[in-house]
Amino acid sequence: MALFYHTGRYVLFLKRVFAKPEKHRIFIQQYFKEAEKLGIHSIGIVLIISFFMGAVITLQTAYNLEMAFIPKYTIGLAARESVLLEFSSTIVGLILAGKVGSNIASEIGSMRVTEQIDAIEIMGINSSSFLVQPKILALVTMMPLLTVISMAIGISGGWLAGVVSGELTSVDYILGIRYSFKPFYIVYSIIKSAVFGFLISSISSYQGYYVEGGSLEVGIASTKAVVVSSIQILLFNLLLTQLLLA
Amino acid sequence: MIEIKNVNKSFNGKQILFDVSAKFEAGQTNLIIGQSGHGKTVLLKSLVGLHAIDSGQIIYGDQVFSDMSFLSQKQIRQEIGMLFQGSALFDSLTVEENVRFPLDMFSTKSAEEKLDRVNFCLKRVDLNNVNHLYPSEISGGMQKRVAIARAIALNPKYLFCDEPNSGLDPKTSIVIDNLIYEITKEYGITTIINTHDMNSVMGIGEKIIYIHSGRKLWEGNKEDILTAKEEQLNDFVFASELFKRIKERV
Ligand SMILES: Nc1ncnc2c1ncn2[C@@H]1O[C@H](COP(=O)(O)OP(=O)(O)O)[C@@H](O)[C@H]1O
Ligand SMILES: [Mg+2]
Repeated sequence: MALFYHTGRYVLFLKRVFAKPEKHRIFIQQYFKEAEKLGIHSIGIVLIISFFMGAVITLQTAYNLEMAFIPKYTIGLAARESVLLEFSSTIVGLILAGKVGSNIASEIGSMRVTEQIDAIEIMGINSSSFLVQPKILALVTMMPLLTVISMAIGISGGWLAGVVSGELTSVDYILGIRYSFKPFYIVYSIIKSAVFGFLISSISSYQGYYVEGGSLEVGIASTKAVVVSSIQILLFNLLLTQLLLA
Repeated sequence: MIEIKNVNKSFNGKQILFDVSAKFEAGQTNLIIGQSGHGKTVLLKSLVGLHAIDSGQIIYGDQVFSDMSFLSQKQIRQEIGMLFQGSALFDSLTVEENVRFPLDMFSTKSAEEKLDRVNFCLKRVDLNNVNHLYPSEISGGMQKRVAIARAIALNPKYLFCDEPNSGLDPKTSIVIDNLIYEITKEYGITTIINTHDMNSVMGIGEKIIYIHSGRKLWEGNKEDILTAKEEQLNDFVFASELFKRIKERV
């Protein structure tokens, strides 16, 4: 029952979110503000996580392929496939569900409980469109960028770890990451990350927008935002993989 | 002028307002009074369309606001200013940006004209040199003033105030009450104020309606209220020791 209720209300919410913005100039200003807050300010954490992720994937692959008849470049190849296909988009998605999701839900939730949303509505402004649309658009456009950055850093991290640990040479690694490279895998990851961006921003906004009560409920909404968007990311990851790669 | 006729409102089957009717004239401070939790905020929010009512009518001038769609309400909404209980300033914007917000959204004024208007409104509520501070950096009384400045930025015909002096000390409360009263007179605004504060009632109660358990039990003004015969109202008015003593003298 609760599932149907929330799905229905979420869909109606999205319908209002995508109403035409009140003033274009203000919408564009807000978009850039959100893109900076949600996207640019997440680059740091994406860099750190992607670097270590690439490094660990490379080393683990290396330790598991320590057999003479398997060529060393396979390590680079395996690292590339994991990073491009799965890790960059999904890990960045999950990390941002935590960082950005809780941020969005608590920001909108506290605006709700302190009547700031009522103050917007009273002026005749569609508050859901005004507050949420720039956030969704910002995250949907910034997530692919973050994912591409994550791919580059992840693969570089793998190279550094592989070479420094002496598991394989720089030449082998580079041969591996170029071996039968399919550009579509990058497109696939970019599509996934845009979808994840949509899920995180819309679900977290929804959780914040319908808070009732006080700061305690804002905290609960922010936790829910993270949990629900993470689960949806994993679910859509499965669906999109079926849809795009099968 | 605003008129409400037989307004009923419930949430999830629980009725909060019962058949409330009243008239609020322009150029005077109209008070909705009653104990906490008896439906004042719900009534005020229904009046401005933040809650949809179950039945009845809300009429602004000669337009039936409660029958209009969101889009047609828009024009009337731009003539409404509202002061929320907790000020409801946008905490990511400075004082100046807060007051400029309605202008940015709805006026075609140039940047300079907007700034002039913002400074005029801030000056009207006796605030100087706070333009670039954030709401969290100023006192509760100052936040209320900024909220008033924001509410009057677009020259509203209607002003709604939900417990304008909650959380303020008695002296600051009187300053805020007087400010609202003066602005009402200056611009001929139809002002409706929710309060449970008897000091406000005696100060600016030009027209008063008393709400108890979602029903209007009495209406009158600050002169009549001390001699009213309504029992529930007397319990409310003479709850404090001070007013009990006043009653003994009257
Ligand atoms: N959005 C809402 N949903 C359900 N019940 C509400 C809502 N808003 C107010 N109520 C209920 O309406 C009653 C009156 O509340 P309110 O109008 O806030 O009282 P007050 O006179 O203190 O302003 C309370 O019992 C409150 O719980
Ligand atoms: Mg109230």
